Amino acid sequence: MSLLELTDVTKIFGGLIAVNEVSFSVEPQSVVGLIGPNGAGKTTVFNCITGNYRPERGSIVFDGKDVTGVAPHRLVERGIARTFQSIRLFSTLSALENTLAGRHCRLRSGWLASMLHTPSQRREEREAVRRCMQELEFVGLAEHAEEKAGSLSYGNQRLLEIARALASDPRLLILDEPAGGMNDQETVALVDTITAIRNRGITVLLIEHDMRLVMRICEKLVVLENGCLIAQGEPEAVRSHPAVIEAYLGAEDEAW
Amino acid sequence: MSDLSLSGRRGSLAACLLRGRGLGGLLLLGVVVALPFFCNAYWLDVCVSIGLYALLALSLNLILGQAGIFHMGHAAFFGVGAYTTAILNTMFHIPVLWLMPVSGAVAALFALIVARPIIHLRGDYLLIVTIGIVEIVRIALLNDVGGITGGSNGIFGISRPQLFGFRIYKSLHFYWLVWGMVGLTLLLFYGLWHSRVGRALNYIKADDVAAEGCGINVAFYKLTAFVLGAFWAGMAGTVYAAKMSTIAPESFNFMESVIIFAVVILSGGSQLGVLISAFLFIGLPELLREFSDARMLIFGLAMMLMMIWRPQGLLPCLPRRYGRLRALMASADTAKEHHA
Repeated sequence: MSLLELTDVTKIFGGLIAVNEVSFSVEPQSVVGLIGPNGAGKTTVFNCITGNYRPERGSIVFDGKDVTGVAPHRLVERGIARTFQSIRLFSTLSALENTLAGRHCRLRSGWLASMLHTPSQRREEREAVRRCMQELEFVGLAEHAEEKAGSLSYGNQRLLEIARALASDPRLLILDEPAGGMNDQETVALVDTITAIRNRGITVLLIEHDMRLVMRICEKLVVLENGCLIAQGEPEAVRSHPAVIEAYLGAEDEAW
Repeated sequence: MSDLSLSGRRGSLAACLLRGRGLGGLLLLGVVVALPFFCNAYWLDVCVSIGLYALLALSLNLILGQAGIFHMGHAAFFGVGAYTTAILNTMFHIPVLWLMPVSGAVAALFALIVARPIIHLRGDYLLIVTIGIVEIVRIALLNDVGGITGGSNGIFGISRPQLFGFRIYKSLHFYWLVWGMVGLTLLLFYGLWHSRVGRALNYIKADDVAAEGCGINVAFYKLTAFVLGAFWAGMAGTVYAAKMSTIAPESFNFMESVIIFAVVILSGGSQLGVLISAFLFIGLPELLREFSDARMLIFGLAMMLMMIWRPQGLLPCLPRRYGRLRALMASADTAKEHHA
């Protein structure tokens, strides 16, 4: 059974059909890439999956349950975590506290326990900090734990977003242009990180412009153009698909 | 070993309090304890008033300083609390201190009802609506709603509180009552700040879309911050009603809201900052009585200079501490070995 299944998802902004009857599925423990030219509707599809937008038509099923229109924070609880295309860290807070934000939904202490710092609250906090330090170490930021997120380098900020998402114990991780703004070296390291995430049993769905990265790590590609799905399948097959070649006409060729 | 240092007493409230601005806090504690011995009756009343404003500002700090919700209507909740105490005490002769949690609860319920439909508004829009709330409450009280608020005369004859048979009526008694409450509030709210809930409020203040995307129920936390802040303001209302023994609608007008708001903005968001700011805001005008004509001018100038030189406020919150970095890193390592 697929982990995530989109059926005829349609999102309309005013008169513009941003996403038109898009259907695809994501198998468990795979890495799936969503690609397409600028303005193809990739991020809109992401925002529908993560609950930021409610699609006009169609359904999104996650782990056998319909999650169409469910609030974003509830989806995180259910196991869908995301990063943002334009980095959205809490820049005045430390890297560790940013990661703790992702852990929040797995903690249970309420207002009263927090005020009184009850023993169970303290135990939970310690465990949360430990767990978040592990995630920071996983992406290679452990020694930056106490630095403000805003003072990290651009590449490290992207990694911190991933650590924050991982801290919520996701089953599906959605990455919106994770390599955006990274240099070649950082991109190579990112490939390793994504592979390691997959090896932890977490399914990855990503939007990416860097075609070398996509071809290297994705088992399946979904191609959008003008809000419509034009091709999907294995990277090699998609690459030689006539509609895809037409969509990426000329200039993009060398990138392939 | 490093694991031990992490799991030791680090998380306890006392241990947390002793770090950071512990020295400044101790100094202030000394001042608060010593003040009654140097003050005459007049200044003691001023200090009670400062304590009340500190209480109100600390509760607003939760909403405005920590969660970043622009709420300029705190006097409304203060007023609801004070009137609840006054009405129940004068009509049914329920002891005043028993009414403290009741007044808090009524103010909190009122906050829940009025904030529920508007909590999704942002920044200045919310600000306008909360100003509306204060005005509606004041005008309702003025018009003797339900024939129980006493119109523009207000309510008089509120009885003095009793604590374990001890009758609280002198300024000095109120001084200890108010500042005792401030102390307790500091402790509880510090615990809140250094917890999952306090962090959630800060995430929301920094970027509510990202907070929601990280799994934080933004609407819930905004609303509960509002309700808890109102609960505290309601309890402050009880103390105020008991201290004054007479209350009138004009004590809960828009200007009061502005002052509480300004105290929080000036403070920068930390609790120590709120206390210092309350001393400055309420104490200074009393010191400058001779210049009372120029008071607003001086205030205005001071606010402008602050905006230029220290827009973040007097004392912004220090970063929370979770133990030494090396211990933290080691804890991650040992945890990993466990998994392996």
